[in-house]
Amino acid sequence: MEQMRANGSAISFEQGETVLSALKRAGIRVPTLCHIECLPPVGACRICVVEDTATGQLIPSCSFPAAPGLSVATHSVKALRARKTIVELLLANHPDDCLYCDRNLTCDLQKLAEELGVRQRRITGERIAQFVDNSSPAIMRDPEKCILCGKCVRTCEEIQGVSALDFSGRGSKSRISTAFDRSLNLSTCVACGQCVMACPTGALTERSSLREVLNALQDPKKTVVIQHAPAISVSLAEEFGLPAGSDIMGLMTAALKKIGFTAVFDTSFSADLTIMEEATELVERVKGGGVLPMITSCSPAWIKFAETFYPTVLPHLSTCKSPQQMLGAVIRHYWADTQGLDKKAVYSVSAMPCTAKKFEAEREEMLVKGAPDIDAVLTTRELAKLIRMYSIDLGKLEPVACDLPFGERSSAGKLFGASGGVMEAAIRTAHYLITGRELENLVVAAVRDGEGLRETTLTLGGLTLKAAVVSGLGSARKVLDEVAAGKSPYHFIEIMSCPGGCINGGGQPRGLDRDNVKKRLAALYAIDAAATLRVSHKNRAVADLYGKFLGKPGGHLSHELLHTTYQARTDLL
Amino acid sequence: MNTMTEQVLTRYPGAGRDKLIPILQEVQETDGYISKEAVALIGRHLGVPASKIYGVATFYNQFRFTPKGKYHIMVCRGTACHVKGSADILERIERALKIKAGETSRDGLFSIEVVACIGACGLAPVICVNGEYHGKLTGDAVEKIVKSYQEREAAHGN
Repeated sequence: MEQMRANGSAISFEQGETVLSALKRAGIRVPTLCHIECLPPVGACRICVVEDTATGQLIPSCSFPAAPGLSVATHSVKALRARKTIVELLLANHPDDCLYCDRNLTCDLQKLAEELGVRQRRITGERIAQFVDNSSPAIMRDPEKCILCGKCVRTCEEIQGVSALDFSGRGSKSRISTAFDRSLNLSTCVACGQCVMACPTGALTERSSLREVLNALQDPKKTVVIQHAPAISVSLAEEFGLPAGSDIMGLMTAALKKIGFTAVFDTSFSADLTIMEEATELVERVKGGGVLPMITSCSPAWIKFAETFYPTVLPHLSTCKSPQQMLGAVIRHYWADTQGLDKKAVYSVSAMPCTAKKFEAEREEMLVKGAPDIDAVLTTRELAKLIRMYSIDLGKLEPVACDLPFGERSSAGKLFGASGGVMEAAIRTAHYLITGRELENLVVAAVRDGEGLRETTLTLGGLTLKAAVVSGLGSARKVLDEVAAGKSPYHFIEIMSCPGGCINGGGQPRGLDRDNVKKRLAALYAIDAAATLRVSHKNRAVADLYGKFLGKPGGHLSHELLHTTYQARTDLL
Repeated sequence: MNTMTEQVLTRYPGAGRDKLIPILQEVQETDGYISKEAVALIGRHLGVPASKIYGVATFYNQFRFTPKGKYHIMVCRGTACHVKGSADILERIERALKIKAGETSRDGLFSIEVVACIGACGLAPVICVNGEYHGKLTGDAVEKIVKSYQEREAAHGN
C-alpha cells in the first residue's frame, strides 16, 4: 500500500488503483454518472472531477491513477463549481417533467442537481423531440431523458455481450440507438434489463404492468393470485430503506394479502418442480444418448440470447419451462379446478427480479389451450411501488406464510435466486435419483459464490458428470462457442443472464452496487443453511402434485404444461 | 444474398474491425448506399455488432442508408457556401422535396446529400445535381432548379 493525500489527510492506495477507488475506500464519496465499478473507466461525464492541490487542475478521479505525492481536494470550491456546471449543462436539454417521471426521487441526475444546489435553469439548450420506444414487452426507452453517459451501451456490450445499443450520430445529434434506429423489439435486445439497472435517469425503465394488475384487483369477476420469485424476499427490503440482505418473506406475503391477492404462492415451490422435471430430463439424456451438454432454461433473456446468437445450440436447452411459467400453468390448469374456479377467471401475477420475464410471459409458446400461463409480471421495483401505492407500512404487519399448496418449498428451490443455485439444487436431486442416497454434504461449494465460470465433476453411481455454471451473458459466450463447435467437455451447464444470477436481475432495486448483491447472496445461503427441507425431491407438495395431477416427472401432462419449445431468431436485420 | 457486398468482403479476408470504414466506403461505392443486409454481412465478416457499424456509419456524413434517387442533389456546406447562405439553400430544397438531407424521396426520384466542400467556391453557394453544377444560387433560384427537374421527369413520364 502506498499513500496519497485527500482533503489534507493521508489515504492509502494499491498500485494501479484509480483516485476514485482510493477515495471510496477511505470513505470519501465523489459523485459519478458514467462510472461502472467492474469495468475500465471511460471518464466521459467528468462529474467526478477533483482538484489537484499542487497544480489547481481538475482531474477526473474515475480514470486518474493514484500516485504517491498526489494531493487532491474533493470538495474544493473549484471542484464543486465544475460539477454544478456539468449538471446544469446536462439539464440544458433535459425535460422538466420530474413529477411525472418513473425515476422521480430515485434519479441520479435529480439527486445530483439537488446536492449541488442547482436552483434555476441557467443554460438552455436545443431540445430534439424524440419518440418513446415502447415496442418491447419488457423495456421502455425515452431518448429525451438520456444524458448520453453510455452506461447502457457498455453494460450491453461489455457485460452482456449483446450490443443491441450503441452511440450513433455525432455532436449535438448524438444519441443512443439500436442498429438503423429500429425499435427495441426488432433489435437484438434480449430484455435482460441490465441497462435499466445502469441508467442514471428515466431514459430506460421496465414496461410497467401495474395498471393491469390494479385493474384486475378491482375486478369482482377475477380471482387474482400472485407468485414471487426466490430472489425477491431478500431484495425487496432495500426498496423500503432496510439493510441489503434482509429477508422479509413473511412481511411481503402479509402485504400482498392485504392488497387483496386471493392467494400468495412461492415460485421456489415450482423451482422444486423444475428440478424434478429437469433432473429427470438430464438423467434421460445421459442414459438415452440424448443431446449433451444440457443447458438450463430458467432465464428468459438467456433463452432469447441463444435463439438470436446461438440458434444451433437450441437442441441443448432443457425443454423445461422456467419456474414462473410452470407455476402459472399449474395454477391455471390445476389449482383453478381445485377451487371450483373458471380457468379464465384466474388472473395470475408474478413478481420477478427480472424484466425478461415480461417478455417470457408474452411468448406465444407459453399459451396452453389459448390461455397464457401468466397474465402480468411485476419487477421487484414495481412490487415495491404497489405496496407503497396501497399505503402499507411493512413495520406494522405480522409476518404470514405463503398459501398452500404452492407455498411449501425446499431451500434448494430458494437457491434458484443465485448463480449456481439451479445447479446445486439439481445436483442434490440427481444424486438421489441415481444413487438412491442423499449427498453427504448438501453444500456444493464448487458452484457457489463466484463470478464467471465455475465447474465441478460429480460421480453419481457409475456415472461421471461434468457440470459448469456461468452467469452474465458475456461470460457465457466462451462456453457456448465450445458447445456450438461440439467440443464442450460438460454434461450439464447452468446459464443465468445476469452477473450473479437473479439476485442481480434487471428488475431489482436500481444501481450496480455489487456489495448489496453479495448481501442478497449471503441471505439466500443463510436461508439454505437454516432450512430443514433442503432437497427438491422431498418437497411433499411437489410429490402431492404429481400424485394428484401430473403423474410422473417427464410424463404426458408434464410435457403439455411444463415443457416448451424455442425458435431460432436472427441477428441479421 | 447480397452478392455485391459479398464480393467486397472477399477482398478483405480475415479482416478485423480496423477495416470497417474502407469496407463501408467500398460497399457504398458499389451499392450506392449501406443497406441493412450489407451491415449484417459486414458485421458477421468482421465480428462487429450491427449497432456498432451503424454507430460508426452515422458518425460520418458520407454514408447513406437509402439508395440514391434518380437525381442526386449534392448541397455544398463548405465555408464559402456557408457564408453565402447555403443553410437557406439546403432548407429550401428539403422543403421543396419534403425530404431531409441523407434521405430519398418515396418515388425514388430525388435524394439530397450534404457535402463539406464541392471545390467550386467561386460559384458559392453551389449545388451539384448528377454532376451538373448550379452556382451563385438564391433560395428562389434553387426552387426553380428543383422544379425544372420535376418537370423534366413529368415530361418523360408522358
